[in-house]
Amino acid sequence: MEDIIISTLQRAMVAGTPLLLATTGEVICERSGILNLGVEGVMAMGAVVAFIVTMTTGHPWLGVLAAIAVGMAFSIIHAFTSITLQANQVVSGLALTMLGLGLSGMLGKPYVGKPLSIKMEDWVIPYFSDIPYLGKILFSQGPFFYIAIFLAMASWFLLERTRLGIQIRSTGENPKATETQGVNVFKIKYLSVIIGGGFSALAGAHLSISYSKSWIEGMTAGRGWIAIALTIFALWNPGRAIWAAFLFGGIFVVQYLLQPLGISPNFLSMLPYIATLLILLLISLKDPKKLNAPAMLAEPYKRGER
Amino acid sequence: MIKIKTTDRYNITTLRSFMTNILCLLAALVVISIIFLIAGVNPIYAISEIFLGSFGSFYGIKETITKAIPLILIGTGLTLAFRAKFWNIGAEGQLLMGAIFATWTGLTFGEALPPYIIVPLIFLAGFIGGGLWGAIPAILKIKYSINEVISTLMLNYICAEILTMLIVGPWKGKTRFGFPGTNNLPDSAILGLIPGSRIHYATLILAILCAIVLSVIIYKTRFGYEARVVGENPDAGKYAGINFLKTSLILMAISGGLAGLAGVGEVAGIHHYLGYPASISSGYGFTAIIVAWLAKLNPLYAIISGIFFAGILVGGDAIQISLGLPAATVEIVNGTLLIFLIMGDYFLNHKITFQFSSK
Repeated sequence: MEDIIISTLQRAMVAGTPLLLATTGEVICERSGILNLGVEGVMAMGAVVAFIVTMTTGHPWLGVLAAIAVGMAFSIIHAFTSITLQANQVVSGLALTMLGLGLSGMLGKPYVGKPLSIKMEDWVIPYFSDIPYLGKILFSQGPFFYIAIFLAMASWFLLERTRLGIQIRSTGENPKATETQGVNVFKIKYLSVIIGGGFSALAGAHLSISYSKSWIEGMTAGRGWIAIALTIFALWNPGRAIWAAFLFGGIFVVQYLLQPLGISPNFLSMLPYIATLLILLLISLKDPKKLNAPAMLAEPYKRGER
Repeated sequence: MIKIKTTDRYNITTLRSFMTNILCLLAALVVISIIFLIAGVNPIYAISEIFLGSFGSFYGIKETITKAIPLILIGTGLTLAFRAKFWNIGAEGQLLMGAIFATWTGLTFGEALPPYIIVPLIFLAGFIGGGLWGAIPAILKIKYSINEVISTLMLNYICAEILTMLIVGPWKGKTRFGFPGTNNLPDSAILGLIPGSRIHYATLILAILCAIVLSVIIYKTRFGYEARVVGENPDAGKYAGINFLKTSLILMAISGGLAGLAGVGEVAGIHHYLGYPASISSGYGFTAIIVAWLAKLNPLYAIISGIFFAGILVGGDAIQISLGLPAATVEIVNGTLLIFLIMGDYFLNHKITFQFSSK
């Protein structure tokens, strides 16, 4: 029983990792006032690029870097339509998702079903990994796990404790006032969207080269959308995103735990989606004010005539 | 030095709107061609194959109209929702819920009732199923301020799993020899086809009627006006005493209901039984978003843009076979088209002038 619990929690951490990465990116993006519904598509692009580069070069870290670069470049499309052209951000994000799922499907077609033989070694942290229970769960994971937690904490620091963070947050709350302070609002928004894209792509890279070590079309399986919901659940705070993401990782894993009990597998696959709705409902019932998004989220910003 | 100056444009003529759309589609085609080139496919051949596959033969046209039926139904429903800035991304789930309700009605009452009673009954059931599934996000949004993009999407996944649970479990038909799926609907509940095609004309007529009725609702009734106010100026709407919950519930019941009707058409007109979600709908709920957008949120135009995108679906199938391209190709085409369409909106609403100065 003990072993089952430990391995479940261990797997919950793995399953929560891409959610944490994508959620952190979306938090930064939304804090600047841009809603990016393209997470799912960027994630798919990241997954396929990381897989192809890793497979052809044999270097997983090269794959990761390539994925981040492509994810950032790909997000510029959304940045351009929603910031420069002030287009509807919902539709633009959906278009990005469609394009990302499509392009990744086309790029990855020759690679479907090919297993990745290159393995990323787990990072077993000396001493800490010997702690009973916790050592196995928290301190002997794959590299992405630590990267995700580090980046979430760094992003929290960036948003809450640095000058750039204040600029990002105030851009999302009141762009006009921010601009009168001499901040280039457009630049901040572009930067936030592009950083967010990098995060989403990194999440995708985790899926293809570490989590499943293979590529298949549509392997993101709605995780990008869940990350968008988690952004709300985390109340736009990367610190809260950490436990939100791993809680959801747990919900993903619990499916496999409950399956032997004879519960319909289809009901179990519904769990993450039902949980998303229930949790949003709970936050709203408890304190509706908490759901306050950045004031100018998804509102196109028009620069005054100069 | 060149200075780019943009000013808002107020009087937008239909002609300008139409020309902008055409130019955007052409620009999108250029980008799609580049993507095809990179993928190692001759773009001129591929694009002409798409349009020849869909509009170039009698068979292609028949298939295009068949696929246009669900797109027109869902697309018109979305024009209403999007006008109220209710971002219904859940038409896929609403379609499936309509299919579930219709299948249950058909299997339960179909044997005992003549076609002229059971057919309207399954359409009604489908509308109710889709409408109820669409009403949930409306309640969640207005009463609990839960973002409708998230809720409609989550409900898509949930509905697909419910459907699968039914067809592998309690509804699994004895005639399927162990494969998942319900029994065939009784003959009286199956929709008639135009001979030699798969066009279930009852649903086609219904789709066009719905587009006409909805354009009357949007442009001529108080409800249509209220729906637009809810989307464009919620503060004014609150001041004017518009009941947001009631308005959102009605518009989402209509939008979901129309997607439900599309589900009825797919089950009773094409498949004749309830199978896996992916076989009932090939992403119609998502493609219809572009249909509504290309139609500039006008239900009547959605008929034309529905046929256009049905053509791309049919042509996309054709090039998958002839050029060995993956199924995702259609998504690339759709995504690119949508991006260029929203870019076009900017040039439609803004006048851009270049000022040359010596400085």
